[in-house]
Amino acid sequence: MPHPELLSRLRTFLPEEAILHQREDVKPYESDGLTAYRQTPMLVVIPQTEDQVRNILKLCHELGVPVVARGSGTGLSGGALPLADGILLSLARFQQIISIDPLARTARVQPGVRNLAISQAAAPHGLYYAPDPSSQIACSIGGNVAENSGGVHCLKYGLTVHNILRIRALTIEGEILEIGSEALDSPGYDLLALLTGSEGMLAVITEITVKLLPKPERAQVVLAAFDDIEKAGAAVGNIIAAGIIPAGLEMMDRLAIAAAEAYVHAGYPLDAEAILLCELDGTNEEVSEEIMKVRAILQSSGATELRTAQDEAQRLKFWAGRKAAFPAVGRISPDYYCMDGTIPRRQLPYVLTRIRELSLEYGLAVANVFHAGDGNLHPLILYDANQPGQLEKTEAFGAKILALCVEVGGTITGEHGVGVEKLGGMCVQFGSKELDLLHAVKAAFDEQGLLNPGKAVPTLHRCAELGAMHVHHGELKFPELPRF
Amino acid sequence: METLITQYSETIRHAAETATPLCVRGSGSKDFYGGEAVGAAFDVSGHKGILTYEPSELVLTARGGTPLEEIEALLAQNGQMLAFEPPHFGPGATLGGCVATGLSGPRRAYSGAVRDFVLGVRMIDGRGDDLRFGGQVMKNVAGYDVSRLMAGSLGTLGVLLEVSLKVLPRPAEELTLRLEMDARHAIDTMNRWAGLPLPLSATAYHDGVLTLRLSGAESAVAAAHVKLGGETVANGPAFWHGLREQTTAFFRPDAPLWRLSLPSATPPLEVSGRQLIEWGGALRWLSTDQKPDAVRDTASRAGGHATLFRANNGARREVFQPLAPAVLALHQRLKNAFDPHGIFNPGKLFTES
Repeated sequence: MPHPELLSRLRTFLPEEAILHQREDVKPYESDGLTAYRQTPMLVVIPQTEDQVRNILKLCHELGVPVVARGSGTGLSGGALPLADGILLSLARFQQIISIDPLARTARVQPGVRNLAISQAAAPHGLYYAPDPSSQIACSIGGNVAENSGGVHCLKYGLTVHNILRIRALTIEGEILEIGSEALDSPGYDLLALLTGSEGMLAVITEITVKLLPKPERAQVVLAAFDDIEKAGAAVGNIIAAGIIPAGLEMMDRLAIAAAEAYVHAGYPLDAEAILLCELDGTNEEVSEEIMKVRAILQSSGATELRTAQDEAQRLKFWAGRKAAFPAVGRISPDYYCMDGTIPRRQLPYVLTRIRELSLEYGLAVANVFHAGDGNLHPLILYDANQPGQLEKTEAFGAKILALCVEVGGTITGEHGVGVEKLGGMCVQFGSKELDLLHAVKAAFDEQGLLNPGKAVPTLHRCAELGAMHVHHGELKFPELPRF
Repeated sequence: METLITQYSETIRHAAETATPLCVRGSGSKDFYGGEAVGAAFDVSGHKGILTYEPSELVLTARGGTPLEEIEALLAQNGQMLAFEPPHFGPGATLGGCVATGLSGPRRAYSGAVRDFVLGVRMIDGRGDDLRFGGQVMKNVAGYDVSRLMAGSLGTLGVLLEVSLKVLPRPAEELTLRLEMDARHAIDTMNRWAGLPLPLSATAYHDGVLTLRLSGAESAVAAAHVKLGGETVANGPAFWHGLREQTTAFFRPDAPLWRLSLPSATPPLEVSGRQLIEWGGALRWLSTDQKPDAVRDTASRAGGHATLFRANNGARREVFQPLAPAVLALHQRLKNAFDPHGIFNPGKLFTES
């Protein structure tokens, strides 16, 4: 039931169609890309101007109503999951590409603009926006900034944080913040870095200036098959040790290969234990030189088969299998749960062995898809939500995988964010003092905790309740909390 | 080294209790930079040493007091480098100071700044607590990005104990070229070429000469040379080193040196003084006796900001472009979150109260 004063005051500055409050109207907003978590919001607002956003935030601040901002809602960690007593602030109508400056290689865009739309608009100038999360046809640039999204080309071209110059944002109090600029740096703290990946907890973004890069002259991909996943892992290290930074370097294991092949017929070798896709881009000469080097390295690393895409059509075909890996796995299992840990690459054999052991222990199959170049692992746990207890079992298995990533020196999330999904993992990765400081950072922006509360950084009590604590350096975490 | 950390924590706790400001300092190579130093000298250069380095992981972790020279030498042995080419500005320059000042060299416009390569930190905050943020992996979105926030914070948020950095392979080939042209044409050229798939890794313009560096595979560098033309500079590395360390004639200290960070396509500045352009047009060095307000005004009208980089014995008040009130208030609250007693380098980066 909407807060009566909230609704009447929203109506003073928002047109009726920008406010949804009937149950059947707000219901479609109950989840983002992580559909395992659902919550119907108290109401949804869909403003069209920055002024309207500002008034909404000021009003929520005054009345103490929590706000969850959302772009396209494709996020995979429940970062834009609504709150029962809160407003869902949709930025879907902020769809304008305000300007493109081909000489300075920048684009000023509104937060609801789709990631791919930026590259499409920049294409006539021979430019593009580099980060390419797999959801790029749908995900919004505002959401990308909130999550610091990556993609398959991160190793060479970086994450969102490396590819934006400036944001304009509003605090919960309705103050306008101009952060960064069209120059390469700004005086004071690097708030641009702090806000990128802050999961909508610190401010609401209303405009972004992104960097555009020249489109490489040529891209070429090599597919290598291995009869042993460890050899494939070693090959990745050998390529990088040889001084080559591939534009993309992806690995898939046997189950992922089989699922992808059955789905898109990319021509993947079905008898391989692992395949690597190594894409090189740059000038024509550079690519020719490096492709020969990479082939030699893959050969000496024990590849059982090597194929270089002969033309653009074949290059796209090689990628089609990798890009369709998630839906392909979705075809062979009623449900799957996608993990997002990052590990130091040298730990890959150990981590994969442990995942295999855990898979047997839990009786749940796992397909591994891996951004091998930067160590970002996406194990997909196959399960059936209709079978009682399987989701819980899957989540327990997932938590073990994340703890494993932390144990080997990695992180619980490489690119999907913490959201609501990995709050437990945060307790494993951070100590209570670090979490305290993260809460203090949040309070510096939003003292009352009204922006996306309950996401990204767990409370110490939650960590204690989850029991997801490690004895780190011999110290007990959260010693100040009671235990029962 | 753990004993040293305990000592640092104690020093900080004591300073917090007695509200004594500390001037956090490594080798002192960049003492000239930022607001006037306040407080008791707190030398943290003793906490040094490279902790982990695995060339095939492209990650290096070292203690804050580790000399940059040592890190760069080890990377060079393995065919790798710090791609942001940090200026040392002195023989003992440390990793901690490099990250705290956030200064990057000639490759910055093409490879990224210090902050782009910071993956994780271990630090002591103003309560004396030993904290870790980020990690040793390239993709990590767990928690707010505190480690990147440390880059350029000038020691005002905490003491950097350890830093993990992404490193990159050294290019197989580098070639420095020079072309004669006027400033307007040079700015336009640098911007246009940055929009083409060319292996550019540094650009500079001064006194009618555009100098640029190509880096990459041998064949790519050769092909780009043919495309762009220009005359080969005999000792390219020395040229870029001189620029990075500000040892070339342009940087002679005859007037205050200003650093203007501007949108790259900003036309040549019509101001009195000597100018040198770097970073594809995005960085303008200005040696001038003009009033600070006039220089700042020039920068902000162009959409950027000005820093009094070297005061050359003049006053070092208001070194940085003043922050907008809402942003300043946020800085004060953030500072308070990390350093509630206001002991670290007060006033070095912004006015704290």
